[in-house]
Amino acid sequence: MTTNQSVLTSLAQPYLEGLTEHVLRYQQCTACARVQTLAHDACQFCGAEALVWHTSSGRGHVHAVTVVGRAPSDAFRSLAPYTLVVVTLEEGARLMGHATPGVQIGDAVTATFFKHLDQTLVRFEPLG
Amino acid sequence: MKQAYIKGVGNTPFGRLEGRNTLDLMAQAANGALTSAGLVRAEIDGVLCGYATTLPHLMLANLFCERFSLRPQYAHGMAAGGATGAAMLMLARELVQSGRCRNVLVVAGENRLSGQTRDSSIQTLAQVGHADFEVPNGASVPAYYGLMASRYMHEAGITNEDLAEFAVLMRNNARRHPDSHLTQEITVADVLASKPIAEPLRLLDCCPISDGAMALIVSSEPSVGVRVKMVGAGQAHFHQHLTALQDVMNTGAGSAAKLAFQEAGLTTNDIDYLGVYDSFTITLLMLLEEIGFAARGQAAQRVRQGDFSQGGVLPLNTHGGLLSFGHCGVAGGMAHTVEVYRQFTGQAGVRQVKTPTHAYIHADGGVMSSHVSLILSREG
Repeated sequence: MTTNQSVLTSLAQPYLEGLTEHVLRYQQCTACARVQTLAHDACQFCGAEALVWHTSSGRGHVHAVTVVGRAPSDAFRSLAPYTLVVVTLEEGARLMGHATPGVQIGDAVTATFFKHLDQTLVRFEPLG
Repeated sequence: MKQAYIKGVGNTPFGRLEGRNTLDLMAQAANGALTSAGLVRAEIDGVLCGYATTLPHLMLANLFCERFSLRPQYAHGMAAGGATGAAMLMLARELVQSGRCRNVLVVAGENRLSGQTRDSSIQTLAQVGHADFEVPNGASVPAYYGLMASRYMHEAGITNEDLAEFAVLMRNNARRHPDSHLTQEITVADVLASKPIAEPLRLLDCCPISDGAMALIVSSEPSVGVRVKMVGAGQAHFHQHLTALQDVMNTGAGSAAKLAFQEAGLTTNDIDYLGVYDSFTITLLMLLEEIGFAARGQAAQRVRQGDFSQGGVLPLNTHGGLLSFGHCGVAGGMAHTVEVYRQFTGQAGVRQVKTPTHAYIHADGGVMSSHVSLILSREG
């Protein structure tokens, strides 16, 4: 992360800090109780601005999966090929992360964490 | 309210065009459009320019107009990813309909291939992903589309062979256009055997990175002879990032199309030519099925039946699309409309289809994030 980004606090700061603490955080609307995917200023569903951050169990199901053969930058060249997934967490939020090779859509997974360069990233592993 | 027509088009070839920058390419396409429309510079009173990743200028329209010697009363750049070209055409139509402008030049170009390294281009494009949630994972544009493809294929029962049919169709079409980037013959087996990029997407499921430019002129006065009238337009913007795409069956494409059809007073059954955005094979397949030009899971079957071929009931991207004509950014998404103009006016040469009357055009930007639909009708 560059100096500028750490000085300018991201709307997703609770999520980013959660990663370093090895937990997944997501937003929920206190007005309609709907869970949000990504970080928002207002509820995606009812527009209320009363969003609070919660900690997820880290468990969920694979919603989508790809295997990246061509890394977009030198920083990821050494990892290729790597598996990326979008997981629907059991609380309802969707999240992109790395995953154990071979996971399929519908598989039950749980979040683990790894360091790549100076960033903490999520790797979803099969449950059980 | 005034009517708006496409009065002329111009383009450069697509491919590797060494030694020519974004403005050089834009100028060549704009010259072609002026000639095609039979207009002189002084008659252009509106200019819309698409962004260029190799020339991220604060005011590209002014930069271009100064060099090209235009003095419009309305001009600015626009950015809506791959939907920019169609969005500019939609706005040009509004400017003409309202009486604000008489002749709007819509132009975009970019030396996206030769003006930077391929790595640099791929990295720039990857930034359409979420800076906190997606990009840090080493995700790329093909990865976003690969994820989306996996989900759509799962829900709609699509196979890799189904996707490959679209790559072959676009290549066959591109082989009939003298300005295409990719013209080597390919088969379904070749697509399936090509290098994995972001599975399920392989190299031949992805469009190339090209240099090139396209230009169109939208006018209150139609061209002499065949008139190419803009009869409907619509947009939809449900999300920016792949992670936020709630339902692969409802990306916004259908909503944008519905608005365009309502305005035109037409239905999908009236359409006899298609220009549909095809950054990846999955893009094209999903758009056709969501908009309703094929039942869910059946678009590839329509390719196999020949329905989308030059001689079929619903010719599709006869220039070869982004997948084979090429993709240089905004101009890549304008090529579909340029081809509609040429088909309507009988200028498509060996690609000419039999007298199309109503064309549907669709472009999407991001990861099915910004959608623009246009409907053009031929009169005379």
